[in-house]
Amino acid sequence: MATTVDGKTADFPTDRGPLNYLNCDRGILSWAFTLDHKRIGLMYLISIMASLGLGGLFAMLIRVELAHSGQQIVDENTYNQLFTLHGAIMVFLFILPGIPAALGNFVLPIMLGAKDVAFPRLNLASYHLWVIGALFFLLALVTGGLDTGWTLYVPYAFQTDTRVLTAGVGAFILGFSSIFTGINFVATIHTLRPPGMTWFKMPLFLWALYATAIIQVLATPVLGITLLLLAAELVLGIGIFDPTKGGDPILFQHFFWFYSHPAVYIMILPAMGIMSEVIPTFSRKHIFGYRFIAYSSVAIALLGFLVWGHHMFVSSQSSLASTIFSLLTFSVSIPSAIKVFNWLATMYKGSIALDTPMLYALSFILLFGIGGLTGLFLATLSTDVQLHDTYFVVAHFHYTMVGGTLIAFMAGLHYWWPKITGRMYNEFWGRLCSIGVFAGFNLTFFPQFVMGSRGMPRRYHDFPEKFEIFHFLSSIGAFLMGLAMLGVLIYLLYSLFKGRRAPANPWGSATLEWQCSSPPPKENFAETPSVSDPYDYDHIKYDPEKNCYYRVN
Amino acid sequence: MSAAPDHDENHPHDLAHHFDTHRQQFDAGKLGMWIFLVTEILLFSGLFCAYVIYRANHPEIFIYAHQFLDKNLGALNTAVLIFSSLTMAWAVRAAQLEQKRALVRLLSITLACGFVFLGVKAVEYHHKWHDGLLWASQYNPKHHDSAEHNEAGHGAESDGEGLHGEEPKNVGLFFSIYFMMTGLHAVHVIAGMGAIAWVLNRARKGHFNRRYFGPVDFVGLYWHLVDLIWIYLFPLLYLIH
Amino acid sequence: MVDFAVGTLSDLSRMALLAQSDGGSFWLPPPESVSSWAVDNVFYYILYLSYFFFALIFAVLVLFVVRYRRRPGVEAVKTATHSTLLEAVWSLIPLGLVIIMFYAGFVGYVELRSPPEQAYEILVTARKWSWQFTYPDGTMATDLHVPVGEPVRLVMSSEDVIHSLSIPAFRVKMDVVPGRYTRTWFQAKQPGKFDLYCTEYCGTGHSDMLASVVVHQREAFDAWLVEAGDILGNSATPVEAGEKLFRLHGCGSCHSTDGTPRIGPTLKGIFGETHRFSDGSSLAVDENYVRQSINEPGAKIREGYKNQMPTYKGRLSNDEITALIQYLKSLDGG
Repeated sequence: MATTVDGKTADFPTDRGPLNYLNCDRGILSWAFTLDHKRIGLMYLISIMASLGLGGLFAMLIRVELAHSGQQIVDENTYNQLFTLHGAIMVFLFILPGIPAALGNFVLPIMLGAKDVAFPRLNLASYHLWVIGALFFLLALVTGGLDTGWTLYVPYAFQTDTRVLTAGVGAFILGFSSIFTGINFVATIHTLRPPGMTWFKMPLFLWALYATAIIQVLATPVLGITLLLLAAELVLGIGIFDPTKGGDPILFQHFFWFYSHPAVYIMILPAMGIMSEVIPTFSRKHIFGYRFIAYSSVAIALLGFLVWGHHMFVSSQSSLASTIFSLLTFSVSIPSAIKVFNWLATMYKGSIALDTPMLYALSFILLFGIGGLTGLFLATLSTDVQLHDTYFVVAHFHYTMVGGTLIAFMAGLHYWWPKITGRMYNEFWGRLCSIGVFAGFNLTFFPQFVMGSRGMPRRYHDFPEKFEIFHFLSSIGAFLMGLAMLGVLIYLLYSLFKGRRAPANPWGSATLEWQCSSPPPKENFAETPSVSDPYDYDHIKYDPEKNCYYRVN
Repeated sequence: MSAAPDHDENHPHDLAHHFDTHRQQFDAGKLGMWIFLVTEILLFSGLFCAYVIYRANHPEIFIYAHQFLDKNLGALNTAVLIFSSLTMAWAVRAAQLEQKRALVRLLSITLACGFVFLGVKAVEYHHKWHDGLLWASQYNPKHHDSAEHNEAGHGAESDGEGLHGEEPKNVGLFFSIYFMMTGLHAVHVIAGMGAIAWVLNRARKGHFNRRYFGPVDFVGLYWHLVDLIWIYLFPLLYLIH
Repeated sequence: MVDFAVGTLSDLSRMALLAQSDGGSFWLPPPESVSSWAVDNVFYYILYLSYFFFALIFAVLVLFVVRYRRRPGVEAVKTATHSTLLEAVWSLIPLGLVIIMFYAGFVGYVELRSPPEQAYEILVTARKWSWQFTYPDGTMATDLHVPVGEPVRLVMSSEDVIHSLSIPAFRVKMDVVPGRYTRTWFQAKQPGKFDLYCTEYCGTGHSDMLASVVVHQREAFDAWLVEAGDILGNSATPVEAGEKLFRLHGCGSCHSTDGTPRIGPTLKGIFGETHRFSDGSSLAVDENYVRQSINEPGAKIREGYKNQMPTYKGRLSNDEITALIQYLKSLDGG
């Protein structure tokens, strides 16, 4: 069957290449009902990138509307739908499944040295549910939209004429999709590690996915019950959240954030995991403080469950509760800070190559740094009173979710692109666009910090003149970033047809997925891979003739 | 099970291609099932939280409204479910020992218990419907009728005419919680019965043996959880003082 | 392209200048309440720490990238793969710094949440999409007028969805929730006019749900209170009084005066029309019908609309209703 890559026999697939997971079976059904984690991962990848495009389109429309004060292109109601759908699509369809279900699905079993995830059919079901959930979102979009904000706060959600129920059903189904992925990853990491792959020999990306899966499993059911209660209110009128029937709308916020705060760690932990792979590889240095990073992933996952109330400091929850939540919130900031210092220490005395994935990784450190530092303002009780529900919050979570997760996703996408597709993209355009994304992103969101701390409320269709300059700069930045992202799409698509054939190990990584050919064969490894320290680069040597790396034992 | 077509010959037909041993396959399945059960508990825990918060804030609603629930039918259902847990556990044992006939019988009894439970639940729901004891927006009680199937025990605590005491505000919220909790539980019972029926069918075809009995075990775990939740629901809703 | 870049750069510098033109800092508006320190002190503490740590990370990152860039023939140098001491140091220093942060924020929060005993109390009613401020003597206003130098307590509730009252210059923000009362307070330092926003998303008119906070000297405030309290007496005509009442009670949230239907029907040019009702009956619009619709909104429901208007019985006097009717008559179809 497929050739393996060990020793200097690193092969270059000739012409059509040997059989791999992409060409071993043909026909649409062999994709739609595949049980191969790589194909499922690839289908996820395409789907979530389509969602990213749609969410990004809404973002552009928002920034056009907000370029100047007064009405530009859409009225209030349309604008309210735009920011709601932008948020809902980006959160539920892109960021949450983005790294775990797309890149994670592809990489996890190979990195682990396994043939597949523990439950391939559950994995397929997860993808199918994602598609159904996404269809419900589209249905809501075309049948009347949604204007509640992605947070679906009650009682507004009970009073609007838009399609809360349809979107809620969609989110409920997407929740199951997420739970299935989580169950699969936990069981896979526990039971399918080959001999020699002990817990502390696992690449840190797997630790991150493991911690993420725990949150997916423990938090998502609470979203499920919250949405069930919301749906029951809309259909039956059970009144649990409705103040006109004796219910409590603040209880909804507690339920919602009990899921949605841990959910931000579903978004950021896998991103941190990618950093822990990319930075050592491109520095050719062993990761610094492996155990600390591994433990901090789990610590963040668990502490993340105890901080939801920091979204509610001005909601009328008790002052005592707010105080406790503030204190606990700071406890999550420490493990995140540790990771940043550890990544920097990893680069010390390394041999740093500024390839595209590494440029994104460096962007991540800076942007996530700003996102984390500005989080301190929001965790602090009194400053949060000033900043809550202003553009400061908008800028903060975009620095973590876009500057963090999206940038890390881009790093991972470029890092594993040769492995997934078997093709190399154009490095020049890759670097140029990554710099464009970085510059555009900062121009978009940095001014939002300033107008936010000066009082500009979020979710406003119009704004006082004094905020005009900030909004205008923000809109220019958004277009720069949009342009750079479009560039990424173009050169990646181009690489599929004209890109250089990818060698098995183009970057000199030491993790297992680079031991199989690019793209991998159907069952990942024809021979059991040899497990060693995932960050030991002594055995990985560069072959200047073939411009790739090979393994010496 | 889900064998790849190009599967080598000494790989057993009931061992999926990506597992090396039956033991590994069973362990993976069992771990997966336990994690799934955790998600189920968390799903219900949202409702338990809502219950605790409303009961703490409005104890009078719960003390008043629970009188309309029929303790005897609730107790009957509890007994039925506990019995079905026993037969389910026994069925798992039978699968491990390759006692095919016992397995089929025990699974059938468990399934039958599920039907009995749903039947009793249907009777209860019918009474509530008839008496207008529904969730908040549909709550429209007909006190005259409801007194008939209200058990005598509580009559002594209240004086004369006001059998149920003074009706507090927002009693409908209790029934909202009651219907959400028991309704979601009933959905789980139905799902469990579907799973048992599936395992029963496979048992009849002789799919299980001492190396491969995972599905019976996993469905059993699920069924025990469904029982366990009811064992909490019964005192929380029916037996309030 | 160059022009565009230069333009953007000049915009960036304008941002820096404009942000300070109101007397505030680059980051915060000028502190106008006596409790502003509760936010500002800890804000600047975190801000300067953030500058420091960001500069540190940035400098180290640039230094490493330049110094250890990949060059032919130069291999990475093996260094320690972990150092418990180093990692403990960079865990414990931030830990100490955030504990100070938490404490300072807590002290400030207590200040922001603890109004003095003797505070002037104003009731705040939020509804889609306007604010209504009610004073101890029953006077109502759509802008928040307060006396300078006195603590003011706001007791707030919402008639429909969750809103949030935010006055950035006073460092005040509190959600306004249906079904319960929430409180906040402030004490203005000097007379002036400040922005008040709704900061909890509440639908179509969210970004129009603005008001001004007008801070008066005590005598001027008293004079304002007297004038605002007597709408009928201080208006030149009943039509003018009716228009003020229409705004004050937020009628325009549901009823337009320009012919467009909203949650409720428009009130433009209704006199002379014949209205059909949901029970099939119909009636020519007259004063009695309008009065009944204000006092018993559920009595006659216009066809195509829902019964959701609250009653104004007891909240509007007969003279006030008369003034409103005069105002509605002035909105003729022409």
